[in-house]
Amino acid sequence: MLLIHCPYCEEERPELEFRHAGEAHIARPTDMAAMSDEDFEKFFFIRSNPKGVIYERWRHVHGCARFFNAVRDTVTDKFVMTYKAGEPQPKKLPGAGK
Amino acid sequence: MAKAAAKRSASAAASIERHPALAGGEVTTAGVRLAVLPPAERISLRAPEASITALTRALGVSLPKAPKTSAAKAGRTALWLGPDEWLVIDEAGGDPLADCAGVKGLHSAVGISHRNVAISVSGRQAADTINAGCPQDLSLAAFPVGAASRTVLGKVEIVLLRTQEDTFRVECWRSFSDYVLAFLTKAATDAA
Repeated sequence: MLLIHCPYCEEERPELEFRHAGEAHIARPTDMAAMSDEDFEKFFFIRSNPKGVIYERWRHVHGCARFFNAVRDTVTDKFVMTYKAGEPQPKKLPGAGK
Repeated sequence: MAKAAAKRSASAAASIERHPALAGGEVTTAGVRLAVLPPAERISLRAPEASITALTRALGVSLPKAPKTSAAKAGRTALWLGPDEWLVIDEAGGDPLADCAGVKGLHSAVGISHRNVAISVSGRQAADTINAGCPQDLSLAAFPVGAASRTVLGKVEIVLLRTQEDTFRVECWRSFSDYVLAFLTKAATDAA
């Protein structure tokens, strides 16, 4: 079982307590009515789906119930780091060389 | 006819009595004792940092600010569930909902006394019994006396509180209580 570090509980907790909640750092457009269909499609449906490092939202649903952000590697399925919701996307990842 | 009428009135009288879920349920194995605890008053409390002092004064028990902790005083226990969320359990017959009503600061207190059923798991194998369905580390180092956390047991959500070294309080939703007691009973048999 994976252990995921919850930034609110400040410790590693078993993955059964968590739920995935989609890609992180997707800003909601301020004026959706004025968007073209193509732009809306891009915002609403299109996700990056990378092979490698991805920024995701997770929720500690059976714990503190808070949403937070996680950096995960889709190849190794390892969590690189987690940080609180609302914090900026980390520029430098731990263990990622220079 | 008379018999049927007598039967009806007997059942009518019985329906007036209160029958808490699983009342009196108890299971004892070699290493564990499971007991369904008597009904208690409970509230779900949400409040920002600024209201904590006033709520602490009103409730008479301090609201813990550290993750996975609880505070208890005079039969009343406050369990940290999230950064702005607590479960307050009163076993001394008080009314925590009424106590919060006078607090002017922003907060949300919801009475959930009848939503939850509490089961006490005690004995040498208490941690093993709960670990049959709960993935958390329940060693005394990671989950000391007084530690409290929302977590999972089998396929349901529970709130777990360690009241003594070998005693846990498992709070589950009423409609899941049959499942939880059956699960713990099987686990207790296996652990023994």
